[in-house]
Amino acid sequence: MNDSVKKSLETIVKDKFPEAVFDYTADEPSFTISTDNMHSSIELLKSNAELSFQYLTLLGAIHYPERTGEELCMVYHLHSWKHNQRVRVKAYLPIDNPCIATITDLFIGANWLERETYDFFGVQFIGHPNLKRILNEDDMDYFPMRKEYHLEDGTREDKDDRFFGRF
Amino acid sequence: MKDIIKENTKLAPSFFDSKESIDGDIATINFGPSHPATHGIFQNVLRVDGEKILSSEQTVGYIHRAFEKLAERRPYNQITPITDRLNYCSSPINNMGWHMTVEKLIGAEIPKRVEYMRVIIMELARIADHLICNSVVGVDTGALTSFFYPFNQREKIYELYEEVCGARLTTNIGRIGGFERDFSPEFHAKLKTFLKTFSKEFEEFDSMLARNRIFMDRTKGAGPISAERALEYSFSGPNLRAAGVDYDIRVMKPYSSYEDFDFIIPVGVNGDTYDRFMVRQEEIRQSLHIINQAYKNLPEGSYKGDVPDFYLPAKEDVYNNMEALIYHFKIVMGETEIPAGEIYHSVEGGNGELGYYLISDGGRTPYRLQFRRPCFIYYQAYPEMITGSTISDAVLTMSSMNIIAGELDA
Amino acid sequence: MGKIEDLEAINGAGYQLTTLDKAVGLARANSMWPLPFATSCCGIEFMATMGSNYDLSRFGMERMSFSPRQADLLIVAGTISKKLGPVLKQVYEQMSEPKWVLSVGACASSGGIFDTYSVLQGIDRVIPVDVYVPGCPPRPEQIIDGVMKIHELVKTESLRRRYNDEYKNLMKTYNIELKNDE
Repeated sequence: MNDSVKKSLETIVKDKFPEAVFDYTADEPSFTISTDNMHSSIELLKSNAELSFQYLTLLGAIHYPERTGEELCMVYHLHSWKHNQRVRVKAYLPIDNPCIATITDLFIGANWLERETYDFFGVQFIGHPNLKRILNEDDMDYFPMRKEYHLEDGTREDKDDRFFGRF
Repeated sequence: MKDIIKENTKLAPSFFDSKESIDGDIATINFGPSHPATHGIFQNVLRVDGEKILSSEQTVGYIHRAFEKLAERRPYNQITPITDRLNYCSSPINNMGWHMTVEKLIGAEIPKRVEYMRVIIMELARIADHLICNSVVGVDTGALTSFFYPFNQREKIYELYEEVCGARLTTNIGRIGGFERDFSPEFHAKLKTFLKTFSKEFEEFDSMLARNRIFMDRTKGAGPISAERALEYSFSGPNLRAAGVDYDIRVMKPYSSYEDFDFIIPVGVNGDTYDRFMVRQEEIRQSLHIINQAYKNLPEGSYKGDVPDFYLPAKEDVYNNMEALIYHFKIVMGETEIPAGEIYHSVEGGNGELGYYLISDGGRTPYRLQFRRPCFIYYQAYPEMITGSTISDAVLTMSSMNIIAGELDA
Repeated sequence: MGKIEDLEAINGAGYQLTTLDKAVGLARANSMWPLPFATSCCGIEFMATMGSNYDLSRFGMERMSFSPRQADLLIVAGTISKKLGPVLKQVYEQMSEPKWVLSVGACASSGGIFDTYSVLQGIDRVIPVDVYVPGCPPRPEQIIDGVMKIHELVKTESLRRRYNDEYKNLMKTYNIELKNDE
């Protein structure tokens, strides 16, 4: 990554959000920010003329069951046309109250990605226009991508676990 | 057995509960899930005034197969078959995108020859993918002949895949670190014939539709989207290029030596069905051009990188050499050690930016693997694109967007 | 119409005698109207089977019937998720007798590699299946072989299958109502 872009990114973000923690160990720069400031920091990245991260590449969640109080991690991947550079923005949420502001007002393409994240992890996006399950059935009563749930359907009877090395 | 299917399941609550279903001239139509014109299982609930679409609502997830959860339970080399089934019209691109992601994570050195071989296979896959999309656009405009012509070409590409890996559609082609073997003499012979004959046969297909007055009248202005809206919806791939944005991962973030090749990125103007069709047609020509260059300049060298963790040792070594036996056991049981890390790698798939966001905690399986599925992201714009048009245009728009159910529903 | 020698018949000078069942079976087998319920990867291979290289129309099947009301062979090609199960069952129920089901590919037959929370582990948990075609996806040759097996079934099927107790009980286990007007 271009060092000057890196520097200006850190300066601009830290200027407004001193709490942001930058990390350059992965393939692309990322910073962690509090849940409350998530929306405004993405707005800053998008609207700042020098940075112009105007393309939402991907957003999703990760479940870390062992991190008490911050079990769910939201990751937003933004892309800057100007610098041909990506950045990741992360925010940690507690699993008993996984609420975060929606970014559908900034990127309309975030709509289904947020619905998918809700479907898989149960993250509540405040202000989302139509937050309901998208891939799974509407009456599913759990969030399947959380680590505690099994991959296999618990009710199946035709496959004997002993023959598949699972007990 | 009886509990699996809930009795009287309502297929679309919004459809049946709608108060507006018989309200003057406005009707609600349930288009799908199983409908001949959708080429897959998609449900669209359309509110129509006569034949004009006022609004629509999509239901997806009918083929949700839990790829991401499945990937958390599988060793790295066993994830390749899952990626096959994402966009199954161009499986090799998905396979190799995944291989490159893991190579990036473990920092493997890949020989130049492997990269060129990959380019050849990936561009063949792109041709196959665009052929199927454009043939289906032809079918939806009423030209069934245009289904049979490209399928003959596809069969030839299938034969090339078969020479490399033995499979036709879900290829599982290559390995992490390279290929399982070098290109065989039969592959070389078949590829040479393909390069010689494809262009002529493809232009025959092209001449049926591209400047056909009926086809142009039918497709121009159907399902348009502007460049600004497409970017807000995070479009990528041919659909974004048809709207006029020259965004192509092969150029923006070159992988697998794409910077060595000379090719142009075709762009459209209106982002309508005709532009999408033409962009795909031109991309097929460009892909052929890339294959010609890569094949002509195919470097000498090994067909695989030095990654013993992912390559089964030769059989006689396994029987005679303790170390080889251990490797064999580790690979077969999926006990390969992978460094912890976080990687996002994307390739230009048949439909756009196909990304792999991989988080490894050092275990035998990924901690989390998220796929950026271009279909899923740009299908959101479908209601906006068809509002105000007729139902027949909605069918055409869907097929020209190349919505692949496997990729859409993960 | 297939080869008339296949029929078990009494041949004479200028005439041929056989049973009605067999004559009708032969006619049915060589003019099937399949309904392709193609969902995923196997659907693309089924399209290849329809293409000119493999040419399904050699077997009198080029007329795809996209309406279940006018189809007699349901070809399920691809993964069926639990969300899609009710739809598949509804499509099957809409088909009129006599009807057969060809399950193409590992996913439709058993769930395949997708032993997951969202995938139906085989369509035979929802509707009865006549022939299973293995493979992920099966090659067109395999699909054609499956179709040949269906043809064998169709040729030997009794005209009164829908009235026999075995068939009625089978439908009862799947909770499918038989619309017999005896």
